[in-house]
Parts: sequence; C-alpha cells; structure tokens
Amino acid sequence: MIRKTLLAGVALAAGLMAAGAAGAADLTIGFSQIGSESGWRAAETTVSKMEAEKRGIDLKIADAQQKQENQIKAIRSFIAQGVDAIFLAPVVATGWDSVLEEAKDAEIPVVLLDRTIDTKDDSLYLTAVTSDTVYEGRVAGEWLAKTVGDKDCKIVELQGTVGSSPAINRKKGFDEAIAAHSNLSIVRSQTGDFTRTKGKEVMESFIKAENGGKDICAVYAHNDDMQIGAIQAIKEAGLKPGTDILLVSIDAVPDIFKAMAEGEANATVELTPNMAGPAFDAVIAFKENGTVPPKWIQTESKLYLPDTAQAEYERRKDLGY
Amino acid sequence: MTLARPFRALPAATPQILTFALVLFANWLVFPDFFDLRLQDGRLFGSLIDVLNRGAPVAILAIGMTLVIATKGVDLSVGAVMAIAGAVAATLAADGHSLPVIVLAALAVGLACGLWNGILVAVLDIQPIIATLILMVTGRGIAQLVTEGQIVTFTHEGLIAVAGASLLGLPMPVVIAFALAGLAAALVRFTALGLLIEAIGINRTAATYAGVDSRSVLIAAYAVSGLGAAVAGLIAASDIRGADANNAGLWLELDAILAVVVGGTSLFGGRFSILLSLVGAFVIQAMNTGILLSGYPPEMNLIVKATVIVLILIVQSPAASRMKTFLRPPESRR
Repeated sequence: MIRKTLLAGVALAAGLMAAGAAGAADLTIGFSQIGSESGWRAAETTVSKMEAEKRGIDLKIADAQQKQENQIKAIRSFIAQGVDAIFLAPVVATGWDSVLEEAKDAEIPVVLLDRTIDTKDDSLYLTAVTSDTVYEGRVAGEWLAKTVGDKDCKIVELQGTVGSSPAINRKKGFDEAIAAHSNLSIVRSQTGDFTRTKGKEVMESFIKAENGGKDICAVYAHNDDMQIGAIQAIKEAGLKPGTDILLVSIDAVPDIFKAMAEGEANATVELTPNMAGPAFDAVIAFKENGTVPPKWIQTESKLYLPDTAQAEYERRKDLGY
Repeated sequence: MTLARPFRALPAATPQILTFALVLFANWLVFPDFFDLRLQDGRLFGSLIDVLNRGAPVAILAIGMTLVIATKGVDLSVGAVMAIAGAVAATLAADGHSLPVIVLAALAVGLACGLWNGILVAVLDIQPIIATLILMVTGRGIAQLVTEGQIVTFTHEGLIAVAGASLLGLPMPVVIAFALAGLAAALVRFTALGLLIEAIGINRTAATYAGVDSRSVLIAAYAVSGLGAAVAGLIAASDIRGADANNAGLWLELDAILAVVVGGTSLFGGRFSILLSLVGAFVIQAMNTGILLSGYPPEMNLIVKATVIVLILIVQSPAASRMKTFLRPPESRR
C-alpha cells in the first residue's frame, strides 16, 4: 500500500516537474510551518497564504505542532509529491541534515524562513529569509538616542525569556546602539518572559524601585506584549505612558499600534510576518533565470511611529495576530 | 518554666509566619522603601501591596489545592483551567455581555473542569496526578480553541474592575482571596467537612467503612479547586485586559502546590490549613517581588528562588523540629 502511494507520488512528481518548467504561475511550494504558538506565527501563516495567492503559487502548508518529527514527515511528503520548492521554518536548529539531503537529491530547493539551522553543509538550503534580531535592538536604541537628544535618560529594560536568542540579540543590539551615548543608561533589566502579565508585574516593581517611576525616562521592551503590560502598570502608578515615560518595543503587533494611536506608546520595530514574500521571489528568480540568491536574505526591520499607528492597526488587525 | 510556657503555647503557624516575616525583612534589606505605602487614585500603592495583589491568584489556587492535597490528591490542571476560564471570560466580554453573565460562565466552566477531575479520581479511581494531568495538557488546547490562538483583548469596564477596582484601598484580587479563604476555612472548620477530608486523606478505605461518603467529598474537593482556578483566571484576564491562552496561569499549579507545602499541609494527606497555604502563597510572591526589586540579573532569578525555598523547607522539616527539641533546655522538653 505504502509502496503504491510512493510510486504514485513519484509519478506525480515527475509530472509536476515537467509542468513546473512552464512558469512561475504554476509553482507548487510546500511550507512546513512550526505551528501556531504565538500571534506572530499565526500572522506569518496568513501572510504567507496572501503572498502566495498574489503570485499565483499553490502553497501547501503543513502545521508541525511544534514537533521536529512532524516537520521531517512533512518534508518527506513534499518530496514525494514533487513540489517545486520547500519552505521550512525549523522548530529547532539541529538534526536536519539527512532529510535536507533527501530534498537535495530530489533537486528540490529548500528555503529557511524566520529561523536558521546548524549544519556543516550550507548547500542543503538555497537561502534563509530571517530578521536580524540584533539589528532590531539597534533600531530601537538608535530611535531612543535620537529622541532623547542630550538629556540624561535612565532606561529600564524588559527582557524576553532568559537565554532565548531573540532576548540575547535584542539586548545586544540595543546596548550597542546606546553605548556611544553616555547620557543613556540602563538602570534596571529584568525578564518579563515575553508575556503581558510578567511585563506588568516587572514594570510595577521597576516603578517602586525608581522613585515611584519618576526617575524612569524610557522603557525598552523586547516585545510588544510585555510593553502593553508595562503601559498598564505605568497608568496604575498615576503616570502617563508615552509622555512621562518613553516606550519603545519590538514586533509591531496590532495592539501596540492601538496604544500608539492613543498616545500611550512611542515606537515599535517591526518583525515582519512576511518572510514568505521574499522567499517566493527568490524561488521564482531561481527557477526562471537560475539566479542563485545570497545565503541570507535579511528582512526589513522597519520603525513605526504614532503618526501611522491608526492605519497600521486597521491593516494588521485581521492578519490573525 | 514560666518563660518557656508562652513559647510552647505558640500556635502551629509559627514557622510559616516567621518565614513570611523573614522574607519581608530580606526584601527590606535589598530595597529599603519596601514598606512604603501611599494612596494612588484611592488605592494603596507600594511593594507590599504588589506582593498581596500579585500573590492573590496563586493564593486562590492554593485554597482549592489545599483541600485536594488534604485528600491525598493533587490538582495539576488549575493553571490550564485558569486559561480556559480567562479565555471564556474575555471572549464573552469582547462580545459585550454583562459582568454577571461573564462571571457565571467562567465559574461554570471552572466547576465543570473540577467535576471532570473529581469524577476521574473518585468514580473511576484514576490516580490524581494522572487524572488531572489530562486536563493540564488538554486544557490549554481548549483555551486556545476558545481564543482561536489569539490574545483576545477587551475594554469591558465590568470585567476590568475584577482586578482593577479596590475596596478600602486594597486591590480587589486581595479582597477576593481573603474572602474566599475565610469562607473556605470557616466551611471546613465549623462543619464536619474538614474532619471528613482529613479522614479520607489519612485512609480513604477506612473512612468509607466508617460511613464517610468519600466519593462525594472527593468530587467536591476537586470542584472547589476548579472554581478557585476559574476565579484566578478571571483575575488574570482582568489584570491584562485580555486572555492569553498560551501563558495565562502557566506553571501556576506548581506555585500553588508549593504554597500548600510551605503552608505546612502534608502531601500525604490528612493534615491541612487553608489560611497557612495563603501565607505560603504570599511567601512565594514576596520572594518574587523581592527578586524583581533587588536588581539582580534575571539569570539569577531561579537560583535565588530555589535557594530560599530549600532553606524554608529545611527549617520546616521534621528533622529540624527534632533538632529544636534537642537544643531546648531539658526541663522544658515535653
């Protein structure tokens, strides 16, 4: 039975490959998505579908529910189906070599989305489309340095989950950006585990510890959710978020735009959910003209300010965040 | 002898109260303004209030957990039930239902979860750790189904007041926690219920033969735990004005169990105190708040917490109390 299915798959694959040469419009791409563990991930899935539709690509999404074994199964099934390319958002960094070799043997290009993998053989994938999380932190830091100017500014930092790579990198980038400005200093830094509840609790204690919040000039949060918690803590302490205390965070989820539109937050750096768009373009160029893309396509980390907040909120609220 | 008498007459609560005082003292050492209080918008404002306010959800969980543990059981599902109740409340609030509807719906969901656990344990005789593990795992999934994987936010004045309002300057969650604890403590101590729970915890078979309707009492204990989890879930959702199915109540079942243990309730069943579990919950939160105020790097959080807990458990261990008896002057030994 299994052998029959495989044979049918191979036959189908051969057929599809022949058809694939016809043009970009006929591309079939398999996408092994991690799951839907966060709002951002759900938005990434939604945006990927929209981008595929725009280009007339048939996108098959396999939800791995946070399990590498499911992703490996999905990749094998995509190979059997003979898709034109495979997108992979790897749940972990290691253990991909053998399955990606199978894809390579089948001459199916693999594009990594959002995260990268540890491998000695980087010919196993065509390119990786990811955000530079260090750069995100730097954008946030540079915005703050520019906004504050020459004034002294005591910053409190809400870190992500201790030891997670976005937390480490976003801290690093921010530290680099403010290092050149001696008037800026991080006076307190604690983890809020990327959640609203913890962000609020940690901010409450920061406010107590820094003279009822009067000594705090700015809050830098590693994600918007913690910042939304912090905004509530600031309000409950009788201070005005956005005015008494400057707020900058990363991710650009819809709710932070709502806060910005109400004047309660000052800036956010986008972690774009559109990783698939640049990946589609790279695959199309590769299939049509044989253009080999660079090994790393860095997505834009755009800074958003309150002036566009209302429009951005309207645009994002239905993306499934 | 005259000196030793009041010392000996100290209530059984001494280690817990002393622990709480010590943790507060340590907080004062790392942060001298710890006991400062002021009024902010008609609400008391200060680190001590933070301890009570942030500790309230775990304190409420600990009430039900105490009863369950007293029957020699455990309820691992309370964190997930919090997430479900919060998700239901937030979804209804976003749809504009009135506060009584929201609260009743959340409580009904909590009660249903508690009954489910109770029936698995009491009727099907499944071990409590496994029976409640089922809901711990599936519960978060159910909550995600309710919220469709998103953080559901609301601007419902009534629901926001559940955590945002205050009574006599105390934040509402604190008032709710104390009221529920007082009610539960009165219920088990002024009726035979407490005795029945202890009897089941010590030996369920013997209690059943002695005429205790152990099945009903067990189901009731898990139902109370589920109800408490629903209240905690309402507070958690109200606090952030949204339901975060992934993170609401995450690992709080472990904090609740720890609160019960710090409160001196035996994990082997039979001996329990609801009010001391409450103290246990506030000990844990005082420690968390202290760590946040101290300014240590976040990498140290878990190490500091673990060290303090080990110290607390050593101080409360039977070996330590034997040591105390041994060190006492011989004439005051009992």
